[in-house]
Amino acid sequence: MTVAAEQTNPLKSKPKIEALKAAFPYSLPVMVGYVVLGIAFGIILTGKGFSWWLAPVMGLFIYAGSMQFVAVDLLSAVFNPFQIVIMTLTVNARHLFYGISMLNKFRSMGKKKPYMIFSLTDETYSLLCSAVPPQQADENWFYFFISALNQVYWVTGCILGAVGGSFLHYDTTGIDFAMTALFIVIMVEQWEKTSNHLPVMTGIVISVVNLLIFGPKNFIIPSMIVIFLILSLFPEKFRSRIST
Amino acid sequence: MTNTQILLSIAIMAVCTLLTRIFPFLILPDHKKTPVLVQYLGTVLPFAIIGMLVVYCFKNVSLLQYPFGIPELTGFLFVVLVHRWKHHLLLSIGGGTLLYMTVIRFIL
Repeated sequence: MTVAAEQTNPLKSKPKIEALKAAFPYSLPVMVGYVVLGIAFGIILTGKGFSWWLAPVMGLFIYAGSMQFVAVDLLSAVFNPFQIVIMTLTVNARHLFYGISMLNKFRSMGKKKPYMIFSLTDETYSLLCSAVPPQQADENWFYFFISALNQVYWVTGCILGAVGGSFLHYDTTGIDFAMTALFIVIMVEQWEKTSNHLPVMTGIVISVVNLLIFGPKNFIIPSMIVIFLILSLFPEKFRSRIST
Repeated sequence: MTNTQILLSIAIMAVCTLLTRIFPFLILPDHKKTPVLVQYLGTVLPFAIIGMLVVYCFKNVSLLQYPFGIPELTGFLFVVLVHRWKHHLLLSIGGGTLLYMTVIRFIL
């Protein structure tokens, strides 16, 4: 009897803590990147004369890095709901594809599922694709904590930048390379996990070609469409030897 | 913009952002069986997308103008090689970032 009681109790509470402990190291690079980018966003927003509290409000409810930078320009212009809808849908269009890889992962997440979908940024998507939950941790809580920690970092950065941005005197130019480095690390880890490098090479080559054709501001959507088409047309070429 | 218009704009952006993220879950709900093609795309897309995101990070690098992408290439090679060697997340990312920040200060 005592054995059973002792076993059920820690098993119920422990995986949650273990999940948080396991999620934290995965989220560290995003912490660096999001705090830095969030600060940059807060500085730009308040620099245009907006109240500081709009920064955490936007970080909490919009929670999309590049969109929030575009939002500063939209909020500075004349109110035009139609333009805001079009701009937001276009800037975030790449998110349309992210959920496809998460259908199975989120299926069993119950009450956490709506938040998991809401918080699916580029960085969170990449972490959720590559992070492996340890055996002793509850995997759903593990994924949830990765997503939640990331948003905590982002909102923290937004507040820091909006409130204290003008007091920062360090030259932090180039620190946003942390985000680039995170994506490179994830790419290396994926590379080592599979012997079929065709999907990642396809992503790189198509993006570079579209970058050359459409330029840095407009290449993401055409790239995604072409990637989507090519992957769909030649499944037997891409599927082989991939295990995830 | 008035404060009401600002908050309304933020609400519109929040809803539209959520729409792009929720879309696949709306057209492929849990109770429906996921089509084979979509299942396949779900497994290969992460590989292709990470390639795209890396290109996205380097989108403003000009190979034709000084410094010819040298800081970015240095950072990229450092992260790839050190990560393949040690597999230490913070060493690869922290080291790569510090190296990049150092190189742009010396080269620019």
